Amino acid sequence: MRVFWILWKREVGSSFKTPMAWVILFFLLLVTGFNFYAGVSVLNHGPTEVTVVESFFNTIFFWFPFLLLFPLLTMRLYSEEYRSGTVEPLMTALVRDTQVVLAKFFGVLFLYAVLWLPTALYFVIFWLQTRLTAAGATGAYFGAYLLLLLMGMFYLALGCLCSSLTRHQITAAVTTLALISLFFLTGLLTFLSGSVGTLMQGITVTISPIEQMTQFSRGIIDTRPIVWYLVMTGLCLFFTLHSFQSRRWRK
Amino acid sequence: MISVQGLSKSYGQTEAVRDLSFTVNKGEVVGFLGPNGAGKSTTMRILSGYLPADTGEVRIAGFDVFTQSVKARSRIGYLPENVPLYPEMRVGEYLSYRAALKGVRSRRVAEKVEDALQLCGLPHVRRQLIGTLSKGYRQRVGLADALVNEPDILILDEPTIGLDPEQIREVRTLIKGLATRHTILLSSHILSEVEMTCSRVLILNKGRIIANGTPSQLRDRTGLSLSNPVRLEAMVPDPAEAAKSLAKLPGIDSARVLGSTGGWSTFEIIPSGNDPRCALFEESVRRGWKLRELSARESSLEEIFTSFVSGRSIEPENAGSTANQSGEARP
Repeated sequence: MRVFWILWKREVGSSFKTPMAWVILFFLLLVTGFNFYAGVSVLNHGPTEVTVVESFFNTIFFWFPFLLLFPLLTMRLYSEEYRSGTVEPLMTALVRDTQVVLAKFFGVLFLYAVLWLPTALYFVIFWLQTRLTAAGATGAYFGAYLLLLLMGMFYLALGCLCSSLTRHQITAAVTTLALISLFFLTGLLTFLSGSVGTLMQGITVTISPIEQMTQFSRGIIDTRPIVWYLVMTGLCLFFTLHSFQSRRWRK
Repeated sequence: MISVQGLSKSYGQTEAVRDLSFTVNKGEVVGFLGPNGAGKSTTMRILSGYLPADTGEVRIAGFDVFTQSVKARSRIGYLPENVPLYPEMRVGEYLSYRAALKGVRSRRVAEKVEDALQLCGLPHVRRQLIGTLSKGYRQRVGLADALVNEPDILILDEPTIGLDPEQIREVRTLIKGLATRHTILLSSHILSEVEMTCSRVLILNKGRIIANGTPSQLRDRTGLSLSNPVRLEAMVPDPAEAAKSLAKLPGIDSARVLGSTGGWSTFEIIPSGNDPRCALFEESVRRGWKLRELSARESSLEEIFTSFVSGRSIEPENAGSTANQSGEARP
């Protein structure tokens, strides 16, 4: 456990010591800030059916930076260690592979959480200014941020896996983006099939972020996606561990 | 302290290390010498526990590096080739991190880091970002990292590569200082370095040990020193005549004048067998020559190395016999 914390602290410390995290934070807040502004200004045109929280989490201005975040956050995790060779001193210290994999994952998850945390301020500001709640019920805030965390866990774990497979950051980033897009775009398949209650619809509800976010940001919490994301995170980390260990037998 | 037996490792079709066996005893400074691609780095990576071997056994202070990896690793300070470091960390911070990772207790970390900084001449750059350091300082940070948990064994892969002559001298002095407290295995392809710092040399070529011994033993084994010319500088009345008479002495093959300036003449004398220096001295005294220099050039490790690697050594079956000797040296 002590080793895990030492590694975790280094991971987190390093992210904030390079401009990368700050640049991402700046642009993320810029885009989501605009997104929030757009959501609020809709209210000027009269009553709407969606709350501010719902409109915030269900636009292109939310999904676009959301998807771009993962390759940027995870691409360097392993690739950079392989490329610069720092994996060698790392693995000749008294460190186990599991500790490295977990420390890297929880390190980047912490960074991810820190990036999204300031967006909660938007809703605080909204309340301070208007004395109105941005959501229909408190469960909507909880639901939206819970889903944000769950999706983050899975996609970051997927990014870890891609990064652990290559020494080239760009390759890792492209692979991550492609795989995440694949999961993300399955949600659009419902538009093709269209029918309700089919197997296809069952699948999309479980894995399509768009569908889930519509539900969760209303405060409707479905357990299927929760299980899906937790299982997939575990699976990705398991594969990451094996890919990381493969340096021992890879020729 | 280090015992390697029958170690083999290949990358795909390429055999990096083939059936390697050697031991390093406590307190020894052993130099690993070989051309690029001889298998030095691979061997060191296996010893440090970073890579597993295909076959063979490695014991570090009695612990098997494969099955008791963590125990073995805790006894080693390893400096990888090219010293990979995190550029965004500060020197002191990095060493504290490394000390903690190597199991130094939290309350002793600061003290150990301070010792390592002092030993490697780094106190004044402790606040500096590693990314801004010069190559020489990066090398010292790497060494400080290897030393920070005070391991018994140091494995240093090319510790002076890429440094300028002044920095090389500094690192060499540092290693010599460390030799009193640590068992050291260092690799190099610079022969003078090994000659200066190591008490024993292992010459590696194409993944095998082709020679093992102290620099002087290796010299004897190649037999190069026997045929090395002797230089004599004396004040002689007639250089040409002197050269002729020197060549007639027993044990001398030939002698020639290299040059004469201000009455001093320099001769190059090729001996036919044993060291002819005593005979030359007596001859000079007998003839009343003033003597200024009488020296036999020792063959450098460089020549020994080339002779081993190219297989030109006096005993062509050397490769086999030295490997056996290294085997017998095992406790």
